[in-house]
Amino acid sequence: MPDTIMLQVTRYRPESESAPTVQEYEVPMREDWAVLDGLNYVKDHLDGTLSFRWSCRMGICGSCGMTVNGDPALTCGKFLTDYAPGPVRVGPLANFPVIRDLVVEIDDFLHKLPQVKPWLVRDDDGGVEDVEFLQTPDQLDAYKQYSMCINCMLCYSACPVYGIEPDFLGPAAIALAQRYNLDSRDQGSHQRLDVLATDAGVWACTYVGECTRACPKGVDPAGAIQRYKLTAAARTLLPWGKR
Amino acid sequence: MTQPRYRQPVSLFWWTRRRSYLLFVLREMSSVAVAWFVVHFLLLVTAVHRGAGAYQEFFEWSASPLLLLVNLVALAFVLLHAVTWFNLAPKAIVVRMQGRQVPPRAVAAGHFGAWLVASAVVFWVLVVML
Repeated sequence: MPDTIMLQVTRYRPESESAPTVQEYEVPMREDWAVLDGLNYVKDHLDGTLSFRWSCRMGICGSCGMTVNGDPALTCGKFLTDYAPGPVRVGPLANFPVIRDLVVEIDDFLHKLPQVKPWLVRDDDGGVEDVEFLQTPDQLDAYKQYSMCINCMLCYSACPVYGIEPDFLGPAAIALAQRYNLDSRDQGSHQRLDVLATDAGVWACTYVGECTRACPKGVDPAGAIQRYKLTAAARTLLPWGKR
Repeated sequence: MTQPRYRQPVSLFWWTRRRSYLLFVLREMSSVAVAWFVVHFLLLVTAVHRGAGAYQEFFEWSASPLLLLVNLVALAFVLLHAVTWFNLAPKAIVVRMQGRQVPPRAVAAGHFGAWLVASAVVFWVLVVML
């Protein structure tokens, strides 16, 4: 195993450049180093001006999503040795505007996410005494997969529909809507219908399926969307009162 | 002052970047083949309506090498359309029986099975009955 590996990192410095450039850094290749460790080595020892987001280093916070060798990935979850002998191309997440270097603007996602009301909606909102709801393991299984989403936005980066139609609500927002729609404690599915069953909602999805392949947490947004298409179609056929 | 954002351009040839993107575009294009078969069928119905001469003419036109080629390509696209559609079915349909989720493969197998049965019935009507 060679001692070092080359990182080809996309740089964008808006104060001096109008378009991104690529800068090469040679970093130590250690068996237990993820791509993120390589970037942190650059930041600490080679070039302190390199900007990127990261936090937990264990695939929970969803901050360190970038494009690694053309694929959207959490850089804390991809080992340098997987890319040996290199070079490893590291760029910002595709489909998002770039603020600086590897940092993208996520405002669009943050604006879309609350539209699907990703929380328990109750019609019969009782007092503090009524906030405990019982749930069987089967009822938990119905939505548990979707609750694993960490909002890392790799699915948006993988989705060509989102790249071409930025109005698309997107895979994670719809999967999270389903996380609550399928929750036995939730009563808000009729409120989410107006957001989901639209041209910018599930009907924008053409089922490429890359969101599911990109997801580092095993969520299946493509499945969630196709399943909701069936729900939306069935509900549209119902008379208004029964939706 | 807010610094300018860099908008990453989407290449016109984005669909050549990945096998899955290419397969997706081919699948979307297969709708043209489906539409073509509908047109071809309507032309057949019209020919039948116009009488024996027109029917024979339609038959000869359909047997021409160019149309055979067009129909073979269209058939390949329609098969791709059908297979990808049935593979999608278990994503959209989650069936629970006796408290357990039916495995996605079983849902897909059910669809492919129904397709096989329908094809067998059509084959029986066209070849055995006539």
